[in-house]
Amino acid sequence: MAMELDVFVGNTTIMDEEVYQLWLDGYTVNDAVKVRMEGGVLEECEASADVLLSDTMDQYRTFQMCERLLHSPAKLANQLLFQIPPHRQAVLIERYYTFDDAFVREVLGKKLSKGTKKDLDDISAKTAVTLKSCRRQFDNFKRVFKVVEELKGPLVENIRQHFLLSDKLARDYAAIVFFANNRFETGKRKLQYITFQDFAFCAGQLINNWTVGAVDNMVEDMDVDLDKEFLQELKELKVLITDKDLLDQHKSLVCTALRGKTKAFNEMEANFKNLSRGLVNIAAKLTNTKDVRDFFIDLVEKFIEPCRSDRWTAADMRLYLTHYTNSAHILDTFK
Amino acid sequence: MPGKLKAKIVAGRHLPVMDRASDLTDAFVEVKFGNTTFKTDVCPKSLNPQWNSEWFKFEVDDEDLQDEPLQITVLDHDTYSANDAIGKVYIDIDPLLCSEAASVISGWFPIYDTIHGIRGEINVLVKVELFNDLNRFRQSSCGVKFFCTTSIPRCYRVAMVHGFVEELVVNEDPEYQWIDRIRTPRASNEARQRLISLMSGELQRKIGLKVLEMGGNAVVGYLQCFDLEGESGLVVRAIGTACTLDKLSSGSAPNTTTHVHPNTAPASNACNSPSKDGKEPVFGEDVLSFSGPPTPFRALPTSSSSPPPFSPSKPCSRQSSSSDTDLSLTPKTGMGSGGSAGKEAGPLKTLLRQQTQTALEQREFPFFTLTSFPLGFLVHVGGVVSARSVKLLDRIHNPDEPETRDAWWEEIRQEIKSHAKALGCHAVVGYSESTSICEEVCILSASGTASILNPRYMREGCLDIGNTDHRFEEPSPPSCGFCHIPYDELNMPFPAQLTYCHHCRRQKVPDVLFTTIDMPSEAAVSGKGCLIQARLCRLKKKAQGEVNATVISNLLPFMEYELHTQLMNKLKLRNMNALFGLQIQISVGENMLLGLASATGVYLTALPAPGGIQIAGKTPIDLSNEHHILTIQKRINDTIAKNRELYQINPPELTEEVVGSPIPEPRQRSRLFRSHSESSDELSELDLSHGKKDAFVLEIDDTDAVEDIHSLLTDAPPPSGFYSCNTEIMPGIYNWTSAVQMFTSVRVFRLSNVNLTNQGLNKIFTDLCENLLKSFYFKLRSMIPCCLCHLNFTVAVPEDELIQVAVTAVAMTFDKDQTQERTADKPVTKGCSETEEQLQFPLELFADSSSTNTQTSSKISGVPESTGVSPRASSLDRCSPLPEGRSRSLRSNRSFGGGSVTVVKMTPLSFLPGTRIIKYLGIINMFFIRETTSLREEGGVSGFLHSFIAEVFAMVRAHVAALGGNAVVSYSMKECMLMENPHKNQAQCLINVSGDAVICVLETDQEPMSSTTSIGQTCTSGAT
Repeated sequence: MAMELDVFVGNTTIMDEEVYQLWLDGYTVNDAVKVRMEGGVLEECEASADVLLSDTMDQYRTFQMCERLLHSPAKLANQLLFQIPPHRQAVLIERYYTFDDAFVREVLGKKLSKGTKKDLDDISAKTAVTLKSCRRQFDNFKRVFKVVEELKGPLVENIRQHFLLSDKLARDYAAIVFFANNRFETGKRKLQYITFQDFAFCAGQLINNWTVGAVDNMVEDMDVDLDKEFLQELKELKVLITDKDLLDQHKSLVCTALRGKTKAFNEMEANFKNLSRGLVNIAAKLTNTKDVRDFFIDLVEKFIEPCRSDRWTAADMRLYLTHYTNSAHILDTFK
Repeated sequence: MPGKLKAKIVAGRHLPVMDRASDLTDAFVEVKFGNTTFKTDVCPKSLNPQWNSEWFKFEVDDEDLQDEPLQITVLDHDTYSANDAIGKVYIDIDPLLCSEAASVISGWFPIYDTIHGIRGEINVLVKVELFNDLNRFRQSSCGVKFFCTTSIPRCYRVAMVHGFVEELVVNEDPEYQWIDRIRTPRASNEARQRLISLMSGELQRKIGLKVLEMGGNAVVGYLQCFDLEGESGLVVRAIGTACTLDKLSSGSAPNTTTHVHPNTAPASNACNSPSKDGKEPVFGEDVLSFSGPPTPFRALPTSSSSPPPFSPSKPCSRQSSSSDTDLSLTPKTGMGSGGSAGKEAGPLKTLLRQQTQTALEQREFPFFTLTSFPLGFLVHVGGVVSARSVKLLDRIHNPDEPETRDAWWEEIRQEIKSHAKALGCHAVVGYSESTSICEEVCILSASGTASILNPRYMREGCLDIGNTDHRFEEPSPPSCGFCHIPYDELNMPFPAQLTYCHHCRRQKVPDVLFTTIDMPSEAAVSGKGCLIQARLCRLKKKAQGEVNATVISNLLPFMEYELHTQLMNKLKLRNMNALFGLQIQISVGENMLLGLASATGVYLTALPAPGGIQIAGKTPIDLSNEHHILTIQKRINDTIAKNRELYQINPPELTEEVVGSPIPEPRQRSRLFRSHSESSDELSELDLSHGKKDAFVLEIDDTDAVEDIHSLLTDAPPPSGFYSCNTEIMPGIYNWTSAVQMFTSVRVFRLSNVNLTNQGLNKIFTDLCENLLKSFYFKLRSMIPCCLCHLNFTVAVPEDELIQVAVTAVAMTFDKDQTQERTADKPVTKGCSETEEQLQFPLELFADSSSTNTQTSSKISGVPESTGVSPRASSLDRCSPLPEGRSRSLRSNRSFGGGSVTVVKMTPLSFLPGTRIIKYLGIINMFFIRETTSLREEGGVSGFLHSFIAEVFAMVRAHVAALGGNAVVSYSMKECMLMENPHKNQAQCLINVSGDAVICVLETDQEPMSSTTSIGQTCTSGAT
């Protein structure tokens, strides 16, 4: 039956989590009804397609009305319009801010600007995430970015507090914000195999060790900007590759430590100079913004790919880097 | 100067951006009461302003305190142009005038604008100091308590029931004043809201005065309605039952219905055997000795035939009256559903009258708006009485003398009263009044249940309080007394088949019983009840004025008759024999009339088993037709059998033959109905074939009849796990768990087909209602097992081709396994006092049932486990929000400085399962208008109404929370008038809601259930 008007309002706002997910995924009402029908709710409850359509429309309307509140989740807790039990509020928020890995991988490191937003239809076509959902996710990134941009204090904690997200999700958002701010290039073909979670791990490491916040925790942008002084100091590492003696000394220290501990020892020994040169060069260039952006691509090209062609295992890599770092500390220059 | 009102504006939050340039707002507040206005300072550039104002003090008469609302306006300061209004809050301060209710109003109120809806919130503190002795000021009636609840409020005991109070006030509708042409829609809406607020304040005060005059201190079952008569004005009218209530000390038993009753012995005996009991001559002797000359039941002089010239100023104003009375041309098939009777039932009733003279008959209208009563109060029930009258509206010339409207109602009430008398009854209970207006035609309706009451409650000093506990030691509880006929069997007002009561075998009972009240808790039932609806559309020609009124009043009796037939057939089809909570609504539109009758059917074990329905073809029967009839008959029999199973109807077996046969042989039967009274014996058999006993015969003589039968069978039973009723409690379910979900749903259907027939319309209307129910079942599936209680349908014809149905109801969960166990053990149950003993058992089962709920409601992967959603939490607000609430609110405190919001439960019932009401905080009666000129942008009419209803809920909850309450009981939406003009992108809607604000505690608990979450005021200190 074609209704001129059809509403259902509960004192406690009724929200079906399945429909919420369909809404978040950007399904139209009709598509959502189809999906639900295939899911078999109808048989379960002896209902007709009309009922399902009416229910879906109602829920979609409710979500649309809630969306405004979800943009500043703290409001959801003390608004009066919808009576939603707290645990349900938490689910609503968490789901609203959850994103697709495929989508985030496309946007990671890009400027969260109108320009990028215009490209969303391409991204949608590429990732098979609906445009509507892409827009929501993109707007979420942008909103979080804007809010934390001007805040003092630790990035993850700020996100968690302002958007009432779980710790895990807050960390992911911190990574997105960090990448967007430093505009790390992640889209190159060679970087495609790296997942978002890999990048998020790197972001966490960088935030903890390379940002201003790592030394001083009460400045603005402390967790989003790399520490300029630190980057400047990295230049001094050049001595590791320019000073022939030092290079040899370093090599022999590393090789002594590695000998017998890995199958790839021969390759390590043979490539030491190249690898060390690659790493140090990357580090020394980081004062240039352009080179910061290429940080990951450089790492892959200059370091990871040579190692991979020598068939290093992950354990080999860890071992090599550990000793590479430790040995450097032993060198007189760095004492 | 008997009162000082004090208000303090604390803070605002979530204000809208009023200054586009700065994205901020410079807000200040005007506080107005009567003609006095105060202003706060401007709080510059903030969306979360802190005013922390001084106390604004208003010194006013208590008369004004009762009439006027406190008006708070939030504005945006503008240096160069006029200040922009952000929105308003109206606070009814009536609850503060009653010493027993709230002492302070404090909390966050939504700031409401009639164009933009809710725009942020404001934190306000309001107090009242009353100086003088209230009773000296006769114009005010401070201290009289009002309750929407239609039973004696829990935590009170009734010392005396004084009776009917009514009042109406009229005014011009601001929407139709000349000034409306030059003012903005906002100003016009606000004028209307304010006027109605004033009028309902005045009305309440006047009713209060009447109550004080009668010596009472409270109004129970207070029902206030608006008639928006358009050009001719605005009527606010109210009815209620004046009582003297005593507060029970909080430690004592909460259930007044079992706690308070009169001097017990005589009353209860009277129920069972009135004839034997000398102490109660009032009823006993009367029934026995009645042997006067039979009054022909069709001699029915009603007011319709001779309209008294009550409005001489407008002689053309035609009025005619329609009521069940008119149905007598097609005699009732033996139940007391109509007041079809002569004015005087019999001379010997005088004895009765003399006895109860002081108690009842002196009163102008022995009416009671209550629907459930203290034990022993209700002695016999006669049947439904109703009266309708069609009026032509004309302008109300003098608002101070609303005589015309008063006269109209007076006339209807007289008719009701005479119908009740005809049924041998001296009182009408479950009484209500309503109107339906279309252009200048207005249908006034009143209905109730004729009954005989125990006069002890109406005399002073008759209550024996000390004697209360012996009640249940009585050998035979009055589980059937109310079914016994109050009228004389030899002089029946309508043809009915009487049998001896299947319970006590001493008194006569009718074969079916229709009532407008709730089922008495002591009644003996078998199985469960269910919602039964009769739906009907009738086309009519468009007409004007008097012609229109005549057409309508000619149609009314036919509609009532058909609705009645439908109800009866559907009742039989469900194998039931009594209807409770019957409401018949007839709405008028330009080109059609809609009729909707809703009731809850039950099987009363005191009444005879219902006969089946038999289909008969036209004589002579041709063969092809006969086959058809047989299939239909089979379907009907199958349905009856299925329903018996579904509703678990297993009447107790009768081992002996029942004496007596249906008393009057069915005389002249109607064309449609014929009764086989083969009769009266074989009641001991349980599985009687339906044709054997007095079955209804449906004669198929034309295609219409076939359609009718088909429509009978289209009503789908609720899916398993669901039950539905329109009464307070569901007969047969006693072990409610605490999850409640109140909801309002509105649907409007546009009739596209121009050439509609009555049949087509009926189908559409039936489908509309059925689909609504199906939708509810689907939406609430996570609450299974659950019952939709107090399903209240209201229909309207807002425009030419529109049918609007609005429903408010509550879904409540119950423990399934326990019910089955209990019904199996003893089909006759009495109230819900035993739940505690069995608490251990249901708790275990509960985990099972809720885990299945989780499966159905949340199927999506990726729910973060860390949110700690317990399996129970999946079903709506079943669990208390405390454990999760704490951690959440801590966080939000840090960023926003507000506490979390008090959870306010709402229910149309007078109680919340699993909780005990410890305090009534006052009546909530709110009227809102919402208008939009950007309908498309708000998501069409659905989006517009959806957000408006949500906003109304929010405002009700906020007011209750500010009074310190945590629930609204007896909530109802009295009015939902939607006008739309999609072409102009406009819509307007008016909503009126009411209810009782209460504090309730968990049954096991002493503290209010959500006290820990209600930290609405802490923000002032916490904000930075």
